[in-house]
Amino acid sequence: MDKKTPQTVPRQSWTFSNEANSEIRRAAATGIYDIRGGGAKRKVPHFDDLLFLGASMSRYPLEGYREKCSTEVVLGTRFAKKPIRLKIPVTIAGMSFGALSANAKEALGRGATAMGTSTTTGDGGMTNEERNHSETLVYQYLPSRYGMNPDDLRRADAIEIVVGQGAKPGGGGMLLGQKITERVAGMRNLPVGIDQRSACRHPDWTGPDDLEIKILEIREITGWEKPIYVKIGGARPYYDTALAVKAGADVVVLDGMQGGTAATQDVFIENVGQPTLACIRPAVRALQDLGMHRQVQLIVSGGIRTGADVAKALALGADAVAIGTAALVALGDNDPHLEEEYQKLGTTAGAYDDWHEGRDPAGITTQDPELMARLDPEEAGRRLRNYLAVLTLECQTIARACGKSHVHNLEPEDLCALTIEAAAMAGVPLAGTDWIPGKSGL
Amino acid sequence: MQTIDLATTPLRDMNAMLQSQAAQTNQTAWNIVNPKGAHAIAVGLDAPIEVTVSGSTGYYCGGMNKQASIHIAGSAGPGVAENMMSGTVVIEGDASQYAGATGQGGLLVIKGNASSRCGISMKGIDIVVHGNIGHMSAFMAQSGNLVVLGDAGDALGDSLYEARLFVRGNVKSLGADCIEKEMRPEHLEILRDLLDRAGADAKPEEFRRYGSARTLYHFHVDNASAY
Ligand SMILES: Cc1cc2nc3c(=O)[nH]c(=O)nc-3n(C[C@H](O)[C@H](O)[C@H](O)COP(=O)(O)O)c2cc1C
Repeated sequence: MDKKTPQTVPRQSWTFSNEANSEIRRAAATGIYDIRGGGAKRKVPHFDDLLFLGASMSRYPLEGYREKCSTEVVLGTRFAKKPIRLKIPVTIAGMSFGALSANAKEALGRGATAMGTSTTTGDGGMTNEERNHSETLVYQYLPSRYGMNPDDLRRADAIEIVVGQGAKPGGGGMLLGQKITERVAGMRNLPVGIDQRSACRHPDWTGPDDLEIKILEIREITGWEKPIYVKIGGARPYYDTALAVKAGADVVVLDGMQGGTAATQDVFIENVGQPTLACIRPAVRALQDLGMHRQVQLIVSGGIRTGADVAKALALGADAVAIGTAALVALGDNDPHLEEEYQKLGTTAGAYDDWHEGRDPAGITTQDPELMARLDPEEAGRRLRNYLAVLTLECQTIARACGKSHVHNLEPEDLCALTIEAAAMAGVPLAGTDWIPGKSGL
Repeated sequence: MQTIDLATTPLRDMNAMLQSQAAQTNQTAWNIVNPKGAHAIAVGLDAPIEVTVSGSTGYYCGGMNKQASIHIAGSAGPGVAENMMSGTVVIEGDASQYAGATGQGGLLVIKGNASSRCGISMKGIDIVVHGNIGHMSAFMAQSGNLVVLGDAGDALGDSLYEARLFVRGNVKSLGADCIEKEMRPEHLEILRDLLDRAGADAKPEEFRRYGSARTLYHFHVDNASAY
């Protein structure tokens, strides 16, 4: 070829990107889908696309360090004799013992308790570590029913019936053999070391009419004392919320597609479910249509990182939020100081998501005694407490700037959106306009 | 014998009364009349009492039972004795879907037939069905024993783990990873004991045993079509 002919620069395909091609090669070599932990990594419209307007001539702000801005939340006021009172509107989401080490569960309990909020069990039953270190503990009632028993049901402070999870609406659990140690296997009544598949549907009910009876049974077993939550993945938030209310839920937990998981197929995490931002308004509308907004409380999760995220979720109508991934990061997950070890695992700090393999250098998503011992539950608990305190302070800062004496007084009218997509999903006007796509204006 | 009339006593009061019985109670015999298919009758009990339900029940009768002996003198709706921990539940008539689902212990006896998904996800319970059972029974069954004097429907024991299944009649089809296994002396012993405790007129030698082939215990691409 004539050296002088101008050449175009080599061009990578947008469609067949390096990432897409590397997955094709991986699939071709192994014949099995990619399994990983975490939530959707693709970019979807999120809380970042919303801004608060702040106070102005028509709204006056509250004095930052003097005027009170309350943060407490009461959950389960509809039917439960003993509703839950939390000091902050941020709870710790359900993460299983098995997926997480006992030390990590203890650290979550310590941090949450220090801030006056709740933690949640997961697919794998209740451990003494978490019960003893969590002042307020929510006990998950999952399709697998691993370790389910009436005594733990009664020593829980609330019960969360899991219908779905944002990372995998319609998917069941998965825990690979490396993490099925004797203790985990014993709690789940499974052989040690097998690859465990947990069911995606509840074994003894299907549909909202059955769920109503299931909730009745659980209330009868626990003397109508405990709030009963129903957790749904961000699939059809309007109808799922309405049906959860109809079935008798005290609280609806709504988890969007960015929500983390311990382990699922990557294709599932990235392609099933709606972004958290898109789920909140339909769920709130369902509650409003039924006259149940604030009677049945709404907890939103999936991608909450900052106090601004918390404030935005509340402004859109949630009563509280739940955090999973962020809590793990606060404990020490994916920390850059472990970079050398992440490199050895073929990854890098911030991208490590092979939680199912049980080799977590931070000692969080593992059952390996040596790795587990790296996590000091007291110190990690303190980090979580600090982080929760910051989330709360940040949320209050924004609420005061919007003139609110309680974080629950934040409202959609305090927000505008940076993109048309976010404006449509959150049902707030595009910045600088009166336009809510699909609803109003020009 | 204490009698509770569900025509006049709210469900909540009935369950509260039964749940408050202590281990040493001397009010050991209870009769519940007029159940009329109500749901969640005698759930969450935790004392060695004997409860007779004089009629048929709705969903989840005897749910999460510990210690108590519950006798249903009729038929039972879905999820009877779900997640039972210990004790006994005996049904004179038939049982609907998911009988004994996720049960962890105790003995469930169904004198009639059981519908689909009997013993689904069972985790240690023993279930004896005098009649037939429906499809997808013992799906993902983890441990315990399911004994069927009659026939079993489609996909028996699909994806099961370590539960033992004993069937005297025909099995319409076996589910993924469920195979017939050799009946060894220790199995005959287990069967003899269960048949005896369930008041079942059958000989252990008449049964066949089914269990897990354990080929799905580890993910392997060559098994993908089995899932
Ligand atoms: C390690 C891990 C384990 C999880 N285990 C469970 C579980 O057992 N049950 C459940 O309902 N959700 C489980 N989840 C999902 C969380 O409860 C929650 O919905 C999600 O993490 C919220 O999104 P975020 O991670 O973006 O905060 C898990 C999440 C993680 C990260």
